[in-house]
Amino acid sequence: MKKPEPEKFGAHSRRTFLKSLGTVAATAATAQVESVAAELEQANAEKVIGPNAVPVTLKVNGKFLKLMLEPRVTLLDALRNYSSLTGAKEGCDRASCGACTVMLDDLPIYSCQKLAIEAQGHEITTIEGLAQNGKLTNVQQAFVDKDALMCGYCTPGFVMSVTALLKKNPSPTTDDVKHACAGNLCRCGTQPRILEAALAAAGVAVNRTTKTEVIDYA
Amino acid sequence: MPSWPTNPKYISGDTRRIDGPEKVSGRARYSSDIQADGWLYGMILRSKWPAAQITSINLEPALKIPGIKAAITVQDGERMVRFYGEELAAVAGTTKQACLDALLAIEVVAKPSPLFVVNETEGKAPDAPKVWENASNVDASSPREQGNVDTAFGECAAVIEGFYTTPVQLHNPMETHGSTASWTDNGLTSWASTQGISSVRDGLAGALKLDHSQVRDITEYMGGGFGSKFGPGVHGVLAARLSQAAKAPVRLMLTRFDEALAVGNRPSSFQKIKLGALADGTLHAFEFDNYGTAGIGAGAATGGGGSGVVLPAPYIYKAPNTRVTQASVAINAGPACAFRAPSHPPASFGMESAMDDLAAKLGMDPLELRLKNDSNEVRQREYKLGAERFGWAAKYKKPGSSPGIVKTGVGCAGAAWGAGGPSRRTQGEAQINPDGSIEFRLGVQDLGTGTRTVIAVVAAEMLGLKPDQITVKVGDTNYPPGPGSGGSTTCASISPTVYDICTKALDQLQTQSGITDARGDNWFAACKKLGVSPLVVNGNWIEGLSTKPAYGVQFAEVDVDTETGLVTVKKVVAVHDCGLIVDKLTTESQINGGVIMGLGYALYEERVMDDLSGVVLNPNFETYKLSGIADVPDIDVILVNMPERGVIGIGEPATVPTAAALGNAVANAIGVRVGSLPITPAKVLAALGKVPPVEKT
Repeated sequence: MKKPEPEKFGAHSRRTFLKSLGTVAATAATAQVESVAAELEQANAEKVIGPNAVPVTLKVNGKFLKLMLEPRVTLLDALRNYSSLTGAKEGCDRASCGACTVMLDDLPIYSCQKLAIEAQGHEITTIEGLAQNGKLTNVQQAFVDKDALMCGYCTPGFVMSVTALLKKNPSPTTDDVKHACAGNLCRCGTQPRILEAALAAAGVAVNRTTKTEVIDYA
Repeated sequence: MPSWPTNPKYISGDTRRIDGPEKVSGRARYSSDIQADGWLYGMILRSKWPAAQITSINLEPALKIPGIKAAITVQDGERMVRFYGEELAAVAGTTKQACLDALLAIEVVAKPSPLFVVNETEGKAPDAPKVWENASNVDASSPREQGNVDTAFGECAAVIEGFYTTPVQLHNPMETHGSTASWTDNGLTSWASTQGISSVRDGLAGALKLDHSQVRDITEYMGGGFGSKFGPGVHGVLAARLSQAAKAPVRLMLTRFDEALAVGNRPSSFQKIKLGALADGTLHAFEFDNYGTAGIGAGAATGGGGSGVVLPAPYIYKAPNTRVTQASVAINAGPACAFRAPSHPPASFGMESAMDDLAAKLGMDPLELRLKNDSNEVRQREYKLGAERFGWAAKYKKPGSSPGIVKTGVGCAGAAWGAGGPSRRTQGEAQINPDGSIEFRLGVQDLGTGTRTVIAVVAAEMLGLKPDQITVKVGDTNYPPGPGSGGSTTCASISPTVYDICTKALDQLQTQSGITDARGDNWFAACKKLGVSPLVVNGNWIEGLSTKPAYGVQFAEVDVDTETGLVTVKKVVAVHDCGLIVDKLTTESQINGGVIMGLGYALYEERVMDDLSGVVLNPNFETYKLSGIADVPDIDVILVNMPERGVIGIGEPATVPTAAALGNAVANAIGVRVGSLPITPAKVLAALGKVPPVEKT
C-alpha cells in the first residue's frame, strides 16, 4: 500500500481547517438571519420537483434518453422499466448484489441506489454500451473465452466492475480485481474465472489460476 | 448399440459457451427482462404472522389506489396461515409504487395465534404447538436396523460419538423467482424464471383448469434455480390470475426479501452419530439418529422427508451393524424443496466428520481410513489422484499439531450422486434448410449449466460441422418436450437425443440427396439437394449413450486464526467423474460452482429464524452471506474421463463433499471438532474454549 505523503497531509492542517471555517462563520454572522431563511426557502421551492412525473434526460451509452419519471424512480428502474435497457439486472434492489452495476462517468455504481434525476448530466454507460458494432470489448471477450459466466444474471454487473477497474488501472493485480469485484455477488460460482478473465483482458500474466486436468480412467 | 465417436473433435474439448456473447453484452433477455405490451407490475401481500386464522381480506381499498388494475386473494373465505410470508393476496398496477401502496391498503382481519414454533428442536417436543392441527409435528420413520448394534460396539477398538448439525440453507438464485403472465382469449403465455418449462406449463394448466395446449411457457434465459424453480409456484399462478383480472400482461417478480420466506430451502439436520471400528480401521458399528425440518412441508401431515430431511446413512460407507432413526419435524416456516443434491451435503458432512473423528481416535490417517472402508473403485482412484495433486502425504499432520496462532489444516471427503439418470422421454427436432443452416429445437432450458452449448457440441461432432454453425433453440414448451433441469440429468438426457436426431438426419439427407456421407465437406452440397423444402427430423433419447451415477472426492486446505476464529480456505482439489465429458470448459465451471456453493454452506450460510416473532431474520444479502470473490480459494479440478460410460451429469456431485472436507480441515487445524455448520468465527472460538459456547436456539 502507498503511504500518504506527509506534505499533502499537512495541507489539511488544523490551522487551515479553522481558517476556512472562520470564513463561513463570518459570512453567516454578517447576514441577517431572516433573509437567509427566506432565501433558502425560495431556493428550495425552485428545486422541489415531483411528486408527479417530470421530464428527465439521461445520457446513456452516448445517446440522450428523454423520459417522464416520478422523481423517486431509480436509475435502474428507469433503464429497465421505462426504456428497454434491461442489461443491468435487479438482484436485490438494495446495494448488496451488484447485478445493477453501471458506470456513471467512469465510476462503477449501483444503479438501484441512484435516482434517475440525480444521474442527469452524467455519462451513463450500461452493459449494452460496451460492444461497438457488435464487437465485444476485451473484457467481454475474456469473459466468454474463460467461461466466466454461467446463468449470466450477475455477469453484466461483473463486466461493468471489471471494465471500470481497467479504465482506472490497466495493469491490476489479483487483489485489485478482488477489490473491484467485492461489491458483486455470483451464486453459480464463476468467481475464479472472473478473476482470470479480468487479468487476461488486461494482458496481465495470470499468477493464480485454477489448474485443470483430464485423466482417462481406463 | 449406438456409441460415441472415439476420436472426437469437439466432444470433451473446450467449446466456449455459445450463448456467452448474448450474456456478456446484455442482449440475453431473462424472464425478469420481459416487457410485454402494456405490462403491469404484480406484487404479493404476505402473512406477517407465523400462525393465524384469516377471517377476511378486503381488497376494495387497494382497488381505489390510482394505477391499480387488479387485486385478488389467494384463497376466498376463512383460512389458516402457517408461516410468516405465506401468500394472502396480490395486486397488479401500472407502477411499483402504486402496488406498494395497494399492499398497505389491503385490510386483513386475522386472529394471530401465539401457538407457533420455528425451531425444530422445540418443534419435536410432545407439547410443542402443532403446525398442522390434526397431525403430529414429527414424522418418524421406524428405526432401520441390521446386525446387532449394541453387541457390535462392544467389539470395536475405537468408538466415537458426535453431534453434527447443518442449517437451513436458502437457494438465493441471483434472479428471484417470478414470471410475466399474459392471459388472453387465445390462452395463457408465461415467461417464467424456471428450470422446468414443462412443469410450469402443466402446473399452470392444472391450477387454472386450462388445457395444456392453451398454456405456453417461454424461458429463453433465466438467472439460476439450484432446485427451487420447478413448477409455476404460488407466484406464477397469481401472476396468471392477475393478468386475467386486469386484462393485461403482469410481471410478478419476487423481492429478495420474499426469496427467504416462501420459495424453498434446504432442510436442516441434527445428526447424532455413534461410529465404531475394529483395530484395523474396518467400520463395524454405526448408530444414527437424525432430525431436521422442511418447514411446513415436514411432519406427519405431509409425509415429510421428500425434500431431503431423511439422509442416506451411513452415506457412502457400509458397516455390518447399523441402526438408523430419522424424523422430519414440521415448524412454522416456508417449505423446503429440492436443493442441489438434496440430502447429500448434510449426509456427507455428518458421516465424513464422524470418519475423521474416528480416524483421530484410531490414530489413523483419515485418508487411509477412507480407502480402507470405501468399496467404490472409482472413488478409490479419485482419492489417489487427488492426494497426489494435493500433496496429502506431505501436508497431513496429526490434528492440532499445526504451530502458531494461525493454524493450517487439511481434510477430504467423498461424494456419490445417482438419484438422477437420464430422462427417457426427452425429444427434440432439427430443421435442416437447403442453405445448410440447421436449427435444433428442444423443450429443455438452460439454467446456467450450458445446455445450448452441449447441444451444439454434440450436433457439430455428429454432423462434421463447427459448433457455431449450429443454431440452438431451447426454453419453449412449443418445442418437443424435454425434462426439467434437476438431478443433474439434462446433459445425459439431451446428448443421446441430439445424437439420435443427427443419425436420422444424416440417413434422410443421404436418401434425399444421393450423397453417401452428408457430413463435413459434403454438408452444403447435400442440403442444397433438398430443393426448396427444409428437412425436419425428430429424435428422442436412446439407450446406450448415457448412464449414472457419478462419484467424486475433494481435498481442502484451510488456515484458522485461533485469535479471531476466522477460517480462510487456501486450496480445494476437486476430483470428479461424469462419464464422457461433453464440454470440458463448462464442466469445469460446474465443478467450481459446486465447490463455491459448498464453501458457503460450510462457512457462511444459514437461515436464522426469530423464536419470538417467527420471522426470518436475515432475508437479504447483507445478513445471509454468500461466498464473495475474495473468499474463493484456488480450485484445482481433476476430471476423470470415462467415455466408455457415456454421458452423466455433474452439477450436483460437485457440491456434495466440499463442506465435509472443509469441516475436516478445520478440525485438523485446531484439534477440536466444530460440528455445526456454518463454521463461524464464534463457533471456532467456542470450540477452542476461548468464549462461552454459542447457544443454538
